[in-house]
Amino acid sequence: MSETIAFKPESLEQVHKIITRYPEGRQKSALLPVLHLAQKEFGGWLDVPVMDYVAELLSIKPIEVYEVATFYTMFNMKPVGKYVLEVCRTGPCMVCGSEKILDHIRTKLNIKDGETTEDGMFTLKPAECLGACGYAPMLQLGKFFHENLTIEKVDEILDLCRQGQVALD
Amino acid sequence: MSKKLLLKDAHIEGIRYFETYRKQGGYTAAEKALKMTPEEILEEVKTSGLRGRGGAGFPTGMKWSFLAKPEGVPRHLVVNADESEPGTFKDRYLMEYLPHLLIEGMLISSFVLGSNVSYIYIRGEYSWIPDILEEAIEEAKAAGFLGKNILGTGFDCEIYVQRGGGAYICGEETALLESLEGKRGNPRLKPPFPAVKGLWERPTVVNNVESIAAIVPIIDITGAEYAKIGVGRSTGTKLISACGNINKPGVYEIDMTITVEEFIYSDEYCGGIKDGKKLKACIPGGSSVPIVPANLLLRTVNGEPRYMNYESLADGGFATGTMMGSGGFIVLDEDQCIVEHTMTLARFYHHESCGQCTPCREGTGWMHKILKKIEKGEGKMEDIDLLWDIQRKIEGNTICPLGDAAAWPVAAAIRHFRDEFEWHVKNPELSQTQNYGLAHYADPIPAVENNA
Repeated sequence: MSETIAFKPESLEQVHKIITRYPEGRQKSALLPVLHLAQKEFGGWLDVPVMDYVAELLSIKPIEVYEVATFYTMFNMKPVGKYVLEVCRTGPCMVCGSEKILDHIRTKLNIKDGETTEDGMFTLKPAECLGACGYAPMLQLGKFFHENLTIEKVDEILDLCRQGQVALD
Repeated sequence: MSKKLLLKDAHIEGIRYFETYRKQGGYTAAEKALKMTPEEILEEVKTSGLRGRGGAGFPTGMKWSFLAKPEGVPRHLVVNADESEPGTFKDRYLMEYLPHLLIEGMLISSFVLGSNVSYIYIRGEYSWIPDILEEAIEEAKAAGFLGKNILGTGFDCEIYVQRGGGAYICGEETALLESLEGKRGNPRLKPPFPAVKGLWERPTVVNNVESIAAIVPIIDITGAEYAKIGVGRSTGTKLISACGNINKPGVYEIDMTITVEEFIYSDEYCGGIKDGKKLKACIPGGSSVPIVPANLLLRTVNGEPRYMNYESLADGGFATGTMMGSGGFIVLDEDQCIVEHTMTLARFYHHESCGQCTPCREGTGWMHKILKKIEKGEGKMEDIDLLWDIQRKIEGNTICPLGDAAAWPVAAAIRHFRDEFEWHVKNPELSQTQNYGLAHYADPIPAVENNA
């Protein structure tokens, strides 16, 4: 484990608080919430040293962390841009034009699905159903949903991102 | 107008906060319930006829009565808020606007089940909602409705929120429990059922958000009064999340006595099809339930109006009817390509398969590839039969219902819209330039014309 990896004190306090939600000896249950915290604090993705650190914190084996982190789509296994554009494209979103939104983003940012722009600003991640079917098409940026999208609205969001004016948390 | 039980106060500003919720009569049902015995409350829930609102429709009171109660072993209530079924976004609405309704329902349910520590497992992508829920939990705790010795009854209850990591399979109750234990969301073999061995091998009840929220009005007005609302075994009210090509997408509370036609066309609900187009088809209960063409959706096989309730929607079984499911109501207009739509659903199920069972792991990807090929105009006639064959081999052959959920949309699409699949095969060039198989789709859709 890298010696430089450590949660900020307030995050560490949060980790210990999360563990108290579960019975004694069941601290593995804290794994998903702690991975969310780790991803947020350590650059938006989970590399092996970070996962090893989480394993040590929860007194579980590193493999137990790897198998969970790779199973869930919200955990990034490689570096991502500052803004991860997750565009839903399933069923209802498709019906309401999500493919046009995706095409527009691909063209405008000159990236393919899963890629990050050269300046490290944006990553595009098509998503399978994000539960915003009535407000489609939509995209998730950090903690928030941006719904009822149009091409114009997407352009506006991308511009605001570049100006650092889009809240992620 | 349908009676509103869950959303009656949803329009009130600040209703997500304890003070406003309390002013509207919030937590009086909890006060009433805590003066009753758990057995009396259970009887009320059974009398209400409440059926699980997550999709399966199993009677909630009966489910609760299965809970094992060995001495000295803790029991748990886990609320399934992993709403990830395409078309379904009703629980999000409840949690976002009425978090105290859920907390109050959880308090009453935890009391009945003897759960001193209960959990809300919410899909990870709803990442702003845990803050809302946690704030509501803190408020309830400060007011004495959670924590130790609630209202002096000696009952202790803590509620915690757990975020998932983005996996549809975690909506399946045993996969959800695995995930809550910090593992991959792989469904467990049943039996043992969670009521006997659930979270950390302790007796556990897993209920949908809407089911638990419905406990509040049941206690409020009594189970007998709740049972008078609705029709037959479809008692009480149901939240429907409507989306697709309609004028007014959103979450509606219905009392299950209205017709499907009224739901789609009246201004009170969906407000008709967008841009004056014709209704082509609908998936009325979330993406996994069979799609039905307009004529079968609006009328039963006997030509009678179809109603928005469990029995009427399932009339005729999978051959002609469909299901109420989760209430995720996806409406498709005449311009939509059924092949393309089904392809996106197959991609979804392939992406979300946990990979544990071979028919699901391999079959869903195979179906997606074939559908993609047909949609692009690169398919052959025998591909349609192959697709039919694959879905039959998935259905019923997996540990959990994800296999069925992946198979049914494909089966229903071929059954009702085979002409559209064939059109794609016969017109490869057109398929590559047009997204729509509807060029040759000419269902008269009589009920819609009558309505107009």
